[in-house]
Amino acid sequence: MSESFTRQVSQNIRKVFSFHGGIKLPGRKSLSLQHGIKTARVPNKLFLPLSQHLGQAATPAVKVGDKVLKGQLIADLDGPISARIHAPSSGTIVDINQLPIPHPSALKADCIVIETDGKDEWIEHQGASSPEKLTKHEIRHYIEQAGIVGLGGAVFPSAVKLDVSPDKIIHTIVINAAECEPYITCDDMLMRERAEEVILGARLIQKALNAKRCLVGIEDNKPEAYEKLLKATANYSDDGVQVVQVPAIYPAGGEKQLIKVLTDVEVPTQGLPTDVGIICHNVGTAAAVYKAVYHGEPLISRIITLTGQAIKKPGNYEALFGTPLGNLLEEVEYEPEQVERLLIGGPMMGFSLNDLRAPLIKSCNCILASSQNELDTPPPAMPCIRCARCAESCPMSLLPQQMYWYSKSRDMEKIQDYNIFDCIECGCCSYVCPSNIPLVQYFRYAKSEIWGDENDKQKADLARERHEFQELRKERAKAEKARAAAKRKAALAKKKAAEEKKKAAADAAENAPTDEKTQIKGEKQGKEKKAQVPENAANKSKDEEDPIKAAMQRVKEKKAKTKADSSTQPKNMDNLTPAQQKQIDEADARRAANTPEADKEKQEQDINV
Amino acid sequence: MFNIQSSPHFKPSLNVSQIMQGVLFALIPGVVVMLWLYGWGVLINIVICVILALLFEAASLKLRNRPIVPYLKDYSAILTAVLLALALPPLAPLWLLTIGIFFAIVIAKQLYGGLGYNPFNPAMVAYAILIISFPTEMTTYWQSPSLLHEQLGSQSLGLLASLQFQLFGILPADIAFDSLTSATPLDLVKTLLGNGTSTISEIQAQGVTFGSFAGKGVEWINLAFLVGGLWMIYKRYINWHIPTAFLATLFLMSLFFGYGIDSDSHVSPFFHLFSGATMLGAFFIATDPITASTTVKGRLIFGAGIGFFIYVIRVWGGYPDAVAFAVLIMNMVVPLLDYYTQPRVYGHTKQSDSQAEQLKDEQV
Repeated sequence: MSESFTRQVSQNIRKVFSFHGGIKLPGRKSLSLQHGIKTARVPNKLFLPLSQHLGQAATPAVKVGDKVLKGQLIADLDGPISARIHAPSSGTIVDINQLPIPHPSALKADCIVIETDGKDEWIEHQGASSPEKLTKHEIRHYIEQAGIVGLGGAVFPSAVKLDVSPDKIIHTIVINAAECEPYITCDDMLMRERAEEVILGARLIQKALNAKRCLVGIEDNKPEAYEKLLKATANYSDDGVQVVQVPAIYPAGGEKQLIKVLTDVEVPTQGLPTDVGIICHNVGTAAAVYKAVYHGEPLISRIITLTGQAIKKPGNYEALFGTPLGNLLEEVEYEPEQVERLLIGGPMMGFSLNDLRAPLIKSCNCILASSQNELDTPPPAMPCIRCARCAESCPMSLLPQQMYWYSKSRDMEKIQDYNIFDCIECGCCSYVCPSNIPLVQYFRYAKSEIWGDENDKQKADLARERHEFQELRKERAKAEKARAAAKRKAALAKKKAAEEKKKAAADAAENAPTDEKTQIKGEKQGKEKKAQVPENAANKSKDEEDPIKAAMQRVKEKKAKTKADSSTQPKNMDNLTPAQQKQIDEADARRAANTPEADKEKQEQDINV
Repeated sequence: MFNIQSSPHFKPSLNVSQIMQGVLFALIPGVVVMLWLYGWGVLINIVICVILALLFEAASLKLRNRPIVPYLKDYSAILTAVLLALALPPLAPLWLLTIGIFFAIVIAKQLYGGLGYNPFNPAMVAYAILIISFPTEMTTYWQSPSLLHEQLGSQSLGLLASLQFQLFGILPADIAFDSLTSATPLDLVKTLLGNGTSTISEIQAQGVTFGSFAGKGVEWINLAFLVGGLWMIYKRYINWHIPTAFLATLFLMSLFFGYGIDSDSHVSPFFHLFSGATMLGAFFIATDPITASTTVKGRLIFGAGIGFFIYVIRVWGGYPDAVAFAVLIMNMVVPLLDYYTQPRVYGHTKQSDSQAEQLKDEQV
């Protein structure tokens, strides 16, 4: 047999491991797999929330009335963890306002509204001329420019994820193609139709991190996509790219679970996969990276699964971000009177959609419009019988039943002892509970309570610090006053002595002009000090009346003063000699070179060399 | 607009009441064999206990201002009643059953807060109270098994006679109480070996204690409960940890501390496994999830502890059988077990570091 064949075989049998617990779920995926990916219509208006990613919301780079082209930047980064947003189609900015978004809270958020002109006219864009030769920095730059975020659901800005500190070596890229939630097929379809793009994108991510290995994990219920991926990776087996089938056990597509299954490595608690040299990206993200680098196209659309029995034409649609979800549902001819529940996401972790005007955003992978009796409604909860089916099913090896007792009794310390923050909210425990206890809800509640408590504590700490600081100031002011009083007394005594001396001198020589001068000066000083005394007294009484107000006033003044100080140039910088000026310039240049960003760039260059 | 609900939106239909019903189904083979051996008394016990349990449960729920029907429908009171009924002597009088069920349902379960809140197995609490308070009735009211009728010249009661005796204490004129009962094999072995008068071979020669492989008659009951128990494991109503640890420990204890040392003064390990309430205890009583440990390691220790105490009490203690005491002792340890046997949570050790190192160095 040929060498390549042996290699292929040895690859196909890469050992897979298992994670604790998990559950077998009905797939219900065939519903949306009846046809290939279709392109959804461009709506009249696109609504683009500024925060479609984890981290800081983007800042608008356009104003109402601006004309934009497809792919034009409309909102830019704000802060280190942020993502750009681009116009999904050409048109005019008509509004920037608080509008509905798909979020479980049903709260509104800032959106840019584009009225499309129907021309769908691209801005000038261009991919890398030789994508294979890009440096890691260049790849990351393309990704950041394109506003790519994790399309698996967490929507973390991908460029930030790739920005690993240089002391960490990433040896393995995991491409998440598991898609373990029932009903959802957008990744499956993407791989069937664009496996080449997925693999090229994955290769770019692998290169951007200098990783020696790239594992694509796909559940064994997608044989067609698996075949396509195998074909697409045939040329890259020497580069460590490997497609691995994993058992279809929910939640195999959880980042931590997939990493465990593919590598037997566990991501440390409170840590990141980078801590163990691994980075995980979704297949959709890989395809977006491909588009960004090879064609220079920003992330302006995604594939979304529109499924459920209340939809007449279920399937996968490539839709522009900002398209109202109602429009998408109309396009697939959903029957409003049939709909029992409308979910964003799958049946295990999805949430109820409450406003059809909410737009498609980067995180939406599925809309599930279920008919009567298609999904389940748990009957009223019964007492826990401690059967521990929850613990058996927990993919994190937690003890949900114990955590449930403590969240019920609001014992937030104890529940943290039981590691509630390791809970990934996959819903396995609620699913298996024979008493129908909504365990995940209890854990979400406990988590938010703990966060709330922490917030309160921080606020209290801040208040305490402020109070202590204020006390300190008061003490200092008192001490200063005492010192000033002592000084004044000394000055007064000195003056008295001087006056006496002067008197004696005057007795000796009455018309000496210098003495008169001193006397006037002395009187002037005395007046100044006298003027100060009542002011201080007034301050003091005011202090007693309203110490907080006074303290705040003082802090404000101090702040204003320091601000003013820092904005002015140091005074001793006038009249420098040319040599001194040169020295200063050199120092400034050194300082600029030592900023962290420059540092990183330098290190990267070193690595690239 | 539409139905708004929190995830998950999938829910399989297995619920508490189905689990309890499953356990009741699994008891059927054992109950049938008991009926064949002990006569109508077994069925009368079950019926009376179930009726009493439902009454006590309903009354307690009413006093506690809880919804009655949903809680009665969970089948937990019925299961407790059936388990206690099977543990009590087949000729047990009504008052004994009433006291037993009262303690099981009202004291051991409802006073602690009802289903899910009781730290002790209700049926076993009742059994322990009865055997301490009424040792005569609990040990001598055992109907002699039908297998031995010819040998012992004993009789059994018909349905009506049995009912009459258990409800009102009236025996048919032509039947003497002594002709109805006989000591259980565990009891016989304990007294005969205990006072040092007989060896195993001598007991065997009498032909009433040992059957094919364990206690005469009761071996078939135990076998039937074993079958039901295995079916429950297969159906995942219970898991294998507790019964396995329980039976293995009992087997090893009797091998190393008895039969293995001196086979003439100690019964075989199989006798321990298939006599008394061993199988009923291992698969139906010790596996009660509410009063057992919830972790895998905890369950293994819990089961092993019960096996250990059963042997200790049977052989060196004062009672012929000891499932109830062993279970109650281990019930007390459960909170401790649960606390100290928590599983390692994903990502909570340094172990993954070495795995990661390995992966890093692994050739592509």
